[in-house]
Formats: sequence, structure tokens, C-alpha cells
Amino acid sequence: MLLLARPLWDRVVAHCLDGLPLEACGLLAGREGEVLEVYPASNAAHSARLYTVEPRDVLRADRAARDAGWDLIGVWHSHTHTLAYPSPTDIEQAPDPDWHYVLVSLSDVEPVVRSYRIVDRVVQEEPVRTEA
Amino acid sequence: MTVEVRLPNILRPMAAGEPIVSAEGTSLREVFDDLVRQYPALRSSLLTPDGEMHRHLNVFVNDDDVRYLGKLDAKVGDADTVTLMPAVAGG
Repeated sequence: MLLLARPLWDRVVAHCLDGLPLEACGLLAGREGEVLEVYPASNAAHSARLYTVEPRDVLRADRAARDAGWDLIGVWHSHTHTLAYPSPTDIEQAPDPDWHYVLVSLSDVEPVVRSYRIVDRVVQEEPVRTEA
Repeated sequence: MTVEVRLPNILRPMAAGEPIVSAEGTSLREVFDDLVRQYPALRSSLLTPDGEMHRHLNVFVNDDDVRYLGKLDAKVGDADTVTLMPAVAGG
């Protein structure tokens, strides 16, 4: 289960909408499945089909999270025209089995936000709660 | 030269669980060699079989991305901090 409070959920979705027509991405900080801060990042791939979190943004987010006593616990990115499910590339490149992988689909009128764990290329969806 | 090396969570189990370790070297290559000497399990996460920097790794010397400093030839000195981060990408 991922706890992503509504104000943070709104910031995640807003960043994805701002990034259109390209995919957008960012990092999640917190602890034990609770997101306590989100760090919007640049998509260094500048693509509607791929994302790469700008390396300097990873560094900045990691420092900010550590200074606050948190860890980076996941990443989010948008799918502009497909479902909120990890692509083969997402699964192949998932950097950390302890992370939460949040997908934001913008393929419909209302954004759809889902979260997954990816361990040894096995994808498992987890519930996303917006209230404690 | 002794530098401080900051490890992401994913690499800490390969370095006795430590978030920050020390390593010796005057270049990133030497620092990586010393890290691997101390923590052999780190090797495959740092270097390719050919000895190049792993492409799924982001490495910074202080605030600077080593891709713009010569990668493994990047110079390091006392009081420098080397930060390792996973590359975060997908589709």
C-alpha cells in the first residue's frame, strides 16, 4: 500500500499535465510506504514514449530527502496515451526492488494514478490511499 | 586521497549496510577499484565486465556529473564527495 496524501497526489498529476505532450517524471520521498514529499523532475529523454529522470534532479532529490531524514522511496512518470501499467522498459529498468513505481495515465479525460512494486521483473499492483 | 562515497539504498547491502564509506584514489577509476577491493559485491553494480562505468549508475563528484568530467577518468581529491545514484528511467 502506498499512502500519497491528496495535496501530493495533486502535485504529481499537475506535473504530469504540465509535461504534456511529453512524459513527465519525478521522485517520491518518505518512509515505509508513506510519501512525505514529491520532487518533480525534468525528463532528460524529452520524449512522449520514454523518460529519464534528469540525473541532477536525482541528486537534488536525494540530498533533500536525506536532509529531511527520509529516503527516496519511488518514482512516478506519466503515460500520455497508454494505461497506467508499467511498460516492458519500466520493468526492465526498475532501479530498486524496494521502490514504489507510480504510473499516471493521461490517456483519458481523468488522470488515473496507480502504484506498483517491481521485484525481479514481477509486477504487483498495490493500493494507493490518499488519506491516512 | 581519501574521498567520501555516498551509496544509495540499493547498494548498501553490498557494502556492509553502510550509507557512507571511504575510499582512496585520485581518479574515479581508482576510487571504484578501492571500493571493489573493500566490497567485492559492488563490482557488478559499478562496472561492466569490460571495466567501464555501469550505464545504470549516475555518479557525481560533489555537484558535478562525471559524464562531463571524463567518467572514470574524473579527478577526485581530499574532501571531495562521490555520490552514487541509480539511473531512473523507463518508458
